[in-house]
Amino acid sequence: MKSWQPTTTHEARVARAELLRNIREFFYARNVLEVDTPLLSNGTVTDEHLDAFDTEFNFAQSGEPTRLYLQTSPEYAMKRLLCAHSGSIYQICKAFRHEGEGRWHNPEFTMLEWYRLGFDHFALMDEVDALLQETLATSPADKMTYQQAFQTYLNIDPLSADDNVLLKAMEQQNIDIHAPQSLSDDSKLQLLFSYAIEPKIGIDKPCFIYNFPASQAALAKLSATDERVAERFEVYFRGAELANGFNELSAASEQRQRFETDNEKRRAANLPVKPIDENFLSALDAGLPSCAGVALGIDRLLMLKTNAKHIQEVINFTVSRA
Amino acid sequence: MANYSTNEFKGGLKIMLDGEPCNILENEYVKPGKGQAFNRVKIRKLISGKVLEKTFRSGESVEGADVMDTELAYLYTDGEFYHFMNNDTFEQIAADEKAVGENKKWLVENDVCTITLWNGSPITVTPPNFVELEITETDPGLKGDTAGTGGKPATLSTGAVVRVPLFVQTGEVIRVDTRSGEYVSRAQK
Repeated sequence: MKSWQPTTTHEARVARAELLRNIREFFYARNVLEVDTPLLSNGTVTDEHLDAFDTEFNFAQSGEPTRLYLQTSPEYAMKRLLCAHSGSIYQICKAFRHEGEGRWHNPEFTMLEWYRLGFDHFALMDEVDALLQETLATSPADKMTYQQAFQTYLNIDPLSADDNVLLKAMEQQNIDIHAPQSLSDDSKLQLLFSYAIEPKIGIDKPCFIYNFPASQAALAKLSATDERVAERFEVYFRGAELANGFNELSAASEQRQRFETDNEKRRAANLPVKPIDENFLSALDAGLPSCAGVALGIDRLLMLKTNAKHIQEVINFTVSRA
Repeated sequence: MANYSTNEFKGGLKIMLDGEPCNILENEYVKPGKGQAFNRVKIRKLISGKVLEKTFRSGESVEGADVMDTELAYLYTDGEFYHFMNNDTFEQIAADEKAVGENKKWLVENDVCTITLWNGSPITVTPPNFVELEITETDPGLKGDTAGTGGKPATLSTGAVVRVPLFVQTGEVIRVDTRSGEYVSRAQK
């Protein structure tokens, strides 16, 4: 075997250790507690476009072989801690996504996730900005709504544009894909965003995009003032989608409804239906304190810090060498 | 020919698109955090030479193209076809005008060219990076000019016209870069 060697340099490994130390100091100074939750779980994500690795556990107390899922993020387990009065918490852990590899992607990666009690998504965006300034020495970030971004760079309103408007915009941007009309409106918006907006934002300093369409809410609260949008944000910097945050949805019934809607979409797309994380929903029933949370890709942050062109320059053994 | 899934996409992979064999130049995996995954691919169509960008849904399969490069020596043209030979097996292949295209002006007898075959038939002919050709016609330059400023047009034995320094004369053999069509030097004897 000739692929035993790491794809990183010693300098990159030193940079990772330094970055992790900086992050821990950042949260220590803010009195946010570091926690640890399991990577394996009985329930998993239901998102149509997110797949977990799974494995069989032959030693369950039930005596039956049980399917366990590797986490795609520590979100559900960390929210259970929040419901158990943990206060503000953070975690640095591995997350796994059953999908392809690429310049910015490895199926197994390191994630920083944190939750702040009493913060809304605006307060949390400011804290993410502070972390970026401290770890990457960036200037204060730009902020723009999802709607403003589409209006500025594509001259369309993503909240009211119909199918024809989106298809026409894709054509104008030379997005050449077989049967574009069969894509969901969200996929059309995401392609337009990736091809026509992402290359133009977050060039000299990070850019926060917030108030995503309600159809892309995931686990975010819908806005009280405009039900068409969710209180979700993402951060983009130099070509990387760095972090995704929410003003967290705390209503258990609405959360269950969203999981079930996801699974209906999966059924319609001929994809396997996923087991809902009942422990998580029970915790929400007990009461999630008002909070905002965000997940940030540490490997991508490290790529930006070290000017790496490919994620394999910062991950010792990517999946093809794992 | 086998099908390829987007997971197998990488530079150099040959696939079929709109009935034409294509070479993948670049492949980028695009996956918004909460969205569907795509492969954004830059492709060169091998017959028309056109470069274009195409997006595939990740997991989609496309038909592979039976395309291979062979190294063959140029023999001669009969006016309609250009004949090449494999120097090891002595097997001969004829490429038509369309496959040779603009490169016919760089074909020199016995030079080894790269012939791209699709389903066994030549679709492109790439000459060596450097060829040596004789000047059949050029204006006599001023004696003593060695600076090579400006230069002058020279017609070569194949009909190609290149700019050469003033001191180079009719009957001389010169070395030309076929990628840029530029004069490099007088040929070493």
